[in-house]
Amino acid sequence: MAYINLENDLPGIRGPMIYRPDTGAILNQLAEILLHDEDNTLSRGDREMIGTYVSSQNDCFFCQHVHGAMAQHYFGCDTDFIDGIKKDFRSADISEKMKSLLAIAGSVQKGGKYVTQEQISEAKKLGATDREIHDTVLIAAAFSMFNRYVDGLNTWAPQDRQVYIDRAPMRAREGYSQAGLVK
Amino acid sequence: MAYIEVNEGVPGIRSLVQFRPETGKPLYELAQVLLRGPSPLSAAERELIAAYVSHRNNCAFCMNSHAAASRFLYGDQKHVVDELLKEHQAQQLSDKMKALLLIAGKVQMNGKQVTEKDIEAAKNVGASDTDIHDTVLIAASFSMFNRYVDGLASFTPTNESDYVEMGKRMGELGYQLPKK
Repeated sequence: MAYINLENDLPGIRGPMIYRPDTGAILNQLAEILLHDEDNTLSRGDREMIGTYVSSQNDCFFCQHVHGAMAQHYFGCDTDFIDGIKKDFRSADISEKMKSLLAIAGSVQKGGKYVTQEQISEAKKLGATDREIHDTVLIAAAFSMFNRYVDGLNTWAPQDRQVYIDRAPMRAREGYSQAGLVK
Repeated sequence: MAYIEVNEGVPGIRSLVQFRPETGKPLYELAQVLLRGPSPLSAAERELIAAYVSHRNNCAFCMNSHAAASRFLYGDQKHVVDELLKEHQAQQLSDKMKALLLIAGKVQMNGKQVTEKDIEAAKNVGASDTDIHDTVLIAASFSMFNRYVDGLASFTPTNESDYVEMGKRMGELGYQLPKK
């Protein structure tokens, strides 16, 4: 049970977002631009995967399964493929560029100062643009916030992973702008 | 030098939101609502929570700028800022603020570090649900801001005096997206 009375019984981040809709609406806007906006050279699946990886490193059940299901939906893959990336992205069947971005995201998850010039140079060498690096760092930083918001208030999360997989097509269609702001 | 090509000489997060104003907009709006919007916590107290989390994350830009804003907003009580951040003492702060700072410090490590006991202790010294909510989200958001600023190695002025004017501006005007 959540540590404070959220006045609703919605799972994960949706509970505190409705409890405090003025911040909730802004968090949705941030998620929309970072993860769903079409004006991005990183695919929606790759961006969701970066959020999923950071959430898994932070051991945030709700976030890693919501966004893992989103990545799975966009990739058209199975759950094992997503779990394989979370467990060891270096041996997963993804591009070398994506691996270099996940390495940067993994450093951001530990702390901003863990990102090294070598990691940045490697990503650029593999074709990553400044904006792709920017977005990777900000997605990883934003999930360092979302994960703490969800777990710091001890919100509840459905334990059945199928629940997340079933919701993903709807979320992909509608995006995050209005997500969760209706009870 | 920053890891990506941003305007030279522009410090910290300003340089990053000029690089990408589309994401800068919700980031500045979040700071404005969280640190200046309606809350049972004063703006000075909220800036202190932000500076404390930034201090724990070793993010010099965020720590110095939000400490300066907190000093400005505390006015003649500004010594509490340096007592907390430099001497690691909190004797001048209320029991409620101490309990909230403990929660913020736990959030800085990881959300799961916050315990039922920490929450009970804060409630017992008068913290409301909204106090606790805002503390957790401020601490969580600075876990983002700090990583954003340092993860891209943005320019960080090194003298504390560089931040005095910045703190005054943040205290008086709040958070408005800078022009490109």
